[in-house]
Amino acid sequence: MNGTTIEKKSLLKDNRDSDYILEVNDLKKHFPIKAGFLQKTVGSIKAVDGLSFKVKKGETIGLVGESGCGKSTAGRTLIRLYEPTSGEIIFKGRNISNIGEGELRRSVRKDIQMVFQDPYASLNPRKTLKSILSEPMITHNLYGSKERQEKIQDLLDKVGFNPLFINRYPHEFSGGQRQRIGIARALALNPDMIIADEPVSALDVSIQAQIINLMEDLQEELDLTYVFISHDLSVVRHISDRVGVMYLGKIMEFASKKDLYEEPLHPYTQALMSAVPVPKRKGAQARERIILKGDLPSPANPPQGCVFHTRCPAATPMCSEQIPSFKEVKKDHFVACHLY
Amino acid sequence: MSQSNVEITQEDLQLNPNLKDKPDTLTRIFFQKFMMNKLAVIGAVVLFIIILSAVFAPIISPYSFEQMNLIDKLKPPSSDYWLGTDRYGRDIFTRLLFGGQVSLLVGFGSVLGALIIGVSVGALAGYYGGIIDAILMRFVDIVISIPSFFLLITIVTIFDPSVGNLILIFALTSWTSTARLVRGEFLTLRSREFVLASKTIGTKSYKIIFSHILPNAMGPIIVSATLLVGSVILAEAALSYFGLGISPPTATWGNMLQDAQNYTVMKTAPWYPFFPGLLILLTVLSFNFIGDGLRDALDPKAIE
Repeated sequence: MNGTTIEKKSLLKDNRDSDYILEVNDLKKHFPIKAGFLQKTVGSIKAVDGLSFKVKKGETIGLVGESGCGKSTAGRTLIRLYEPTSGEIIFKGRNISNIGEGELRRSVRKDIQMVFQDPYASLNPRKTLKSILSEPMITHNLYGSKERQEKIQDLLDKVGFNPLFINRYPHEFSGGQRQRIGIARALALNPDMIIADEPVSALDVSIQAQIINLMEDLQEELDLTYVFISHDLSVVRHISDRVGVMYLGKIMEFASKKDLYEEPLHPYTQALMSAVPVPKRKGAQARERIILKGDLPSPANPPQGCVFHTRCPAATPMCSEQIPSFKEVKKDHFVACHLY
Repeated sequence: MSQSNVEITQEDLQLNPNLKDKPDTLTRIFFQKFMMNKLAVIGAVVLFIIILSAVFAPIISPYSFEQMNLIDKLKPPSSDYWLGTDRYGRDIFTRLLFGGQVSLLVGFGSVLGALIIGVSVGALAGYYGGIIDAILMRFVDIVISIPSFFLLITIVTIFDPSVGNLILIFALTSWTSTARLVRGEFLTLRSREFVLASKTIGTKSYKIIFSHILPNAMGPIIVSATLLVGSVILAEAALSYFGLGISPPTATWGNMLQDAQNYTVMKTAPWYPFFPGLLILLTVLSFNFIGDGLRDALDPKAIE
């Protein structure tokens, strides 16, 4: 650990009027659908449609959901890679959802970093490891060139990489190794929070475990906060403290890992849980598998009322008319469903 | 941890069998792959010889390009005149070398100009998208729709067809395909994860454009530029052939061909039109072969 990290921590202490490092209020990201000669907006894809959750310092929030439910868009909007359509992103007590790019660069970029899904696409094939890892520091004018060198060695060391590889190109490394470089790059600026967008879904199972363990170790060592986006329920279960289940751009259920996995309340969560393959022991009762009918509706034209009612096994007429509110049914267990 | 001079141990080799003593740089991979394409290598060698002999024309050539020996009109190839003489008794070999200077200069110069315009327009349109993209690309559509050869002829008739003017005119009429190509590359590259990663780091747009996107788009750009050089040389020859190119006594391959378009010349000295024609053919063919070789060698998929 070096001086900057310690400095940053003391800064954080002044800021601790709230426990939450990140608060998301009714965040929306709609992509316009343009058509015709004049490119008029004829509709919009509601990729993220009213997302609200809070993240405590040092915890890991899991965001799960099937493909196309908007989890990646949510992650990218949180970090302002996409401009939010509306809503608030309050990071360390400050709304960053509409501040300008320059201000974002000066005061926010350093503190929130991202780990990407595809380790083959997330590293520039024409740059050496050294220039990939020094880019963040050069951009923010951190350290002199000697210290930067040491910092790079230190980063490689942290992610378990042999420092003699620093003059090599990404194509010489395997997927797992590249993902570790991606993590090292995210750590280069000593961020407080890392948004991990399916960081392991492109990797082999054995490598997945390596990366997940590395992320956990780093979290402990560097006091990081994670927003972990994945479609893999068991990975999310392993790493998260609290989990949000997304469907069509909305959070259906949000609870602590234990509550959510042991006692899922929302019919959608129940269906997801029943789809997780478990090794069956002899004599054990076969679980009831809830099979959802149909496909994910188009986010350009989401269903009226509860977005899940078209596929919900427990749907009632009310579900197609009223949007269920997102309410706390038990302590720290939020569900958006008319059943509760 | 911070030893600067590290050796690769046996253990490292076991961990990563791909590890060699020296890292495979992208240039080296590119070079190896280019060498596999025999036609491209031949093209490169031929072109290299042509360029060298054009550059060193004053040293190599036995005569001055303007020197007329009126007694030796339309002489066949001999030990005095290696490739024969033209209608004014000028040495064809000498004129070909000097003509090569002009043709290649026009070719490379215009392509450089076209690249500067095309890459800038394409990069802006592709990176920023939206309204900037729409405006720039409609402008490109308009430029493409202008019948360029007639425009060339018009401009050349109005202005003096000097080397500089020709380069300018070719550059202004041939940048559109580069712009479209670069725009396409930028459109795909700007949403690649390594570009997004740079954005989350806070890297500024110009740096993302120049240090992340452009180097990755260089492959197709180089290939198209190579092919463009060939087509500009052809276009220059065509203009000269119509008598609208650079005017004699300055030699270009095109105006030598034009000079040879004469019944008497064709009948009595068939080698006169043959040699400039052959040289144009060889040069353009070399550029095309090299272009193909580069396309394969720079294909990013094969690097993975």
